[in-house]
Amino acid sequence: MPIGDMLLRSVDDSQINTVFPNTFKEYEKWDKEKDELPPEEVFKSLFEELAYGEKVQVGRALTRMNYSKSGWKSLIKKTSRAIKKAVKKNEFPDSYKDFLITTNENWADPTFWYAMGQMLNNQTPIYYYNAIDMTYDQDQNVVRQEENRRVYVQTWIKTFKVSVYVTFFCLILGFPVAHLLANLPLRYSNLLMIFVLLPFWTSLLVRTTAWIVMLQQQGVINGVLVWMGILNDDGRLSMVYNETGTLIAMTQILLPFMILPLYSVMRVIPKSHMRAAQNLGAKPAMAFWKVYLPQTIPGMSAGGLLVFVLAIGYFITPELVGGKDGKLIGSWIAYHLKTTLNWGLCAALGAILLGVMLVFYWLYNKIVGIDNIKLG
Amino acid sequence: MALPSYASTVQRTYYYTYLFFCGVVFFFLVAPLIAIVPISFSVSPFMVFTDEMLAWPPNPEAWSLRWYQNMIGNCSADVVSSTVPCSTKWMTGTVNSFFIGITATFIATTLGTLAALGLSRPHMPYKGLIMAILISPMIVPLIITAAGMFFFYARINLVYTFTGVILAHVALATPFVVITVTATLVGFDMNMVKASQSLGARPVRTFFKVIMPLILPGVISGALFAFITSFDEVVIVMFMASLDQLTIPKQMWAGIRQEISPVILCMATCLVILSIFLLTTVELLRRRSEKLRGIKAR
Repeated sequence: MPIGDMLLRSVDDSQINTVFPNTFKEYEKWDKEKDELPPEEVFKSLFEELAYGEKVQVGRALTRMNYSKSGWKSLIKKTSRAIKKAVKKNEFPDSYKDFLITTNENWADPTFWYAMGQMLNNQTPIYYYNAIDMTYDQDQNVVRQEENRRVYVQTWIKTFKVSVYVTFFCLILGFPVAHLLANLPLRYSNLLMIFVLLPFWTSLLVRTTAWIVMLQQQGVINGVLVWMGILNDDGRLSMVYNETGTLIAMTQILLPFMILPLYSVMRVIPKSHMRAAQNLGAKPAMAFWKVYLPQTIPGMSAGGLLVFVLAIGYFITPELVGGKDGKLIGSWIAYHLKTTLNWGLCAALGAILLGVMLVFYWLYNKIVGIDNIKLG
Repeated sequence: MALPSYASTVQRTYYYTYLFFCGVVFFFLVAPLIAIVPISFSVSPFMVFTDEMLAWPPNPEAWSLRWYQNMIGNCSADVVSSTVPCSTKWMTGTVNSFFIGITATFIATTLGTLAALGLSRPHMPYKGLIMAILISPMIVPLIITAAGMFFFYARINLVYTFTGVILAHVALATPFVVITVTATLVGFDMNMVKASQSLGARPVRTFFKVIMPLILPGVISGALFAFITSFDEVVIVMFMASLDQLTIPKQMWAGIRQEISPVILCMATCLVILSIFLLTTVELLRRRSEKLRGIKAR
């Protein structure tokens, strides 16, 4: 239910329509081929709606208008001040068009009027375009954002890159450990299991803090390396507040999610299979590759999916450990939700992320079957 | 898993490399958690091992409990330093965290157990769909759930209230209860329910006298999972909680972003101890449950 609401939110554009209903109605009658500027009625209804509109609602609408074209906000604010003054003095102009244009010459600039065309409908795809660095140009064509405003495509790519790396590292590190745990006698493996479960049960923030302590310039790892004489005091590595830090911390945090499914799958693979393969003449490596590995695929894919999905939506760790270039898409969602209050864009980013996830689940279901997921 | 005595040198090398690798990974998993414990007892206001702390024989001057005193809001002169503010925020956070956690756990456990009981009936219609919806908060990235909930709760005026935070946590924690209880119910003999009912017990009595004692270990470990989920949760708290609903994770988040101080490590140490405690309980319960259900440990 909340997710459905979010999806609606990402295309919702009704608020502005409640503020400028008449303006938009008149606007639709404007023949862009014939006249350079919209007809007098548009100016008139805009004037009235600004003069008598509720202040809070207008303010919100302005924020929305600014997403379409920057400059709207200041333009309307200035105009609306002039309008209010005129209304107070009871001076209604003869030509609303001339009045607005004399207040601010931007009203004679057709690009603003073209931008208004995007807001006529109750639904808008603009947030989705913004989320992939696209926007409208003055002729309502979808184009790429200006160079310096493109951030999201980059962030999407970085998010995927980090998630793939983390999944890969988790697999490399997790596979042998799960194998060891699955093949040791239960007494020892239960003991070693604590090493896996303890981080699993410990608060995420505790682990993130711990990594900051470990990785910072005066931190434990640098300290040990300097003490051992591998590094000199000036050459301390900067491992935190960049992508390296994010990768290391996220790998450790997500590793249990890889080990546990792998373990539960490996546990039930009979040991006799490997022996049989070797008896039939396969070298150990060959037996492992041809006999053991295929049987672990459900575990690997369950763990991989779990880690990947968790990594792609991660936000706490990258935000704290990642520094300024470590921001992933989750950070942007939080940023728009809390700071800029651009909820449409926030919802659109979330919806795209959700879509990506659903594609992955679908692929996973096709390849492995969702029933093969085992958790711990 | 030991090497056979006839293993060749190559096999031996492989084997020991493999063991060494596993050891390194285990170290990688736990080392950060261990490392923070001594630093939390340090005198220094920075999160580092000072030279005095590493000195041998141990130097009592380098160690102190001052940050712990700071944490519990005991702000005497030697506890406050210029870089480390002292307030009762940590204690407020603890109280709130426990309040939210326990309430959410209680609701989630009740709902989750009932859901699991219903879902494990053999003739339940739309079983797959309901299960999928129930566990969806577990597999959808938290940030999406949080954003969705924020929008939804904003419409019905529940953001920045305890009710909102608790309800959101219930939604997150219920799947864990459903999963653990369902797992316990796998070996459950439905004939016992029939037997109790044929002896004249009403459904409610059957539930409390027959079903409940048998699935109790599963319910408790589900409840612990639910508790830790709510207790650790930071994303939803960040969006939906105002200063009145300050919790430990939120305070830690603020602490890491603003004042890097050893007080955070004190709280972290306490949380590590709490998680060790919970982990042990769950592990003991799991064994007991397996024994109860007659499943032999493999």
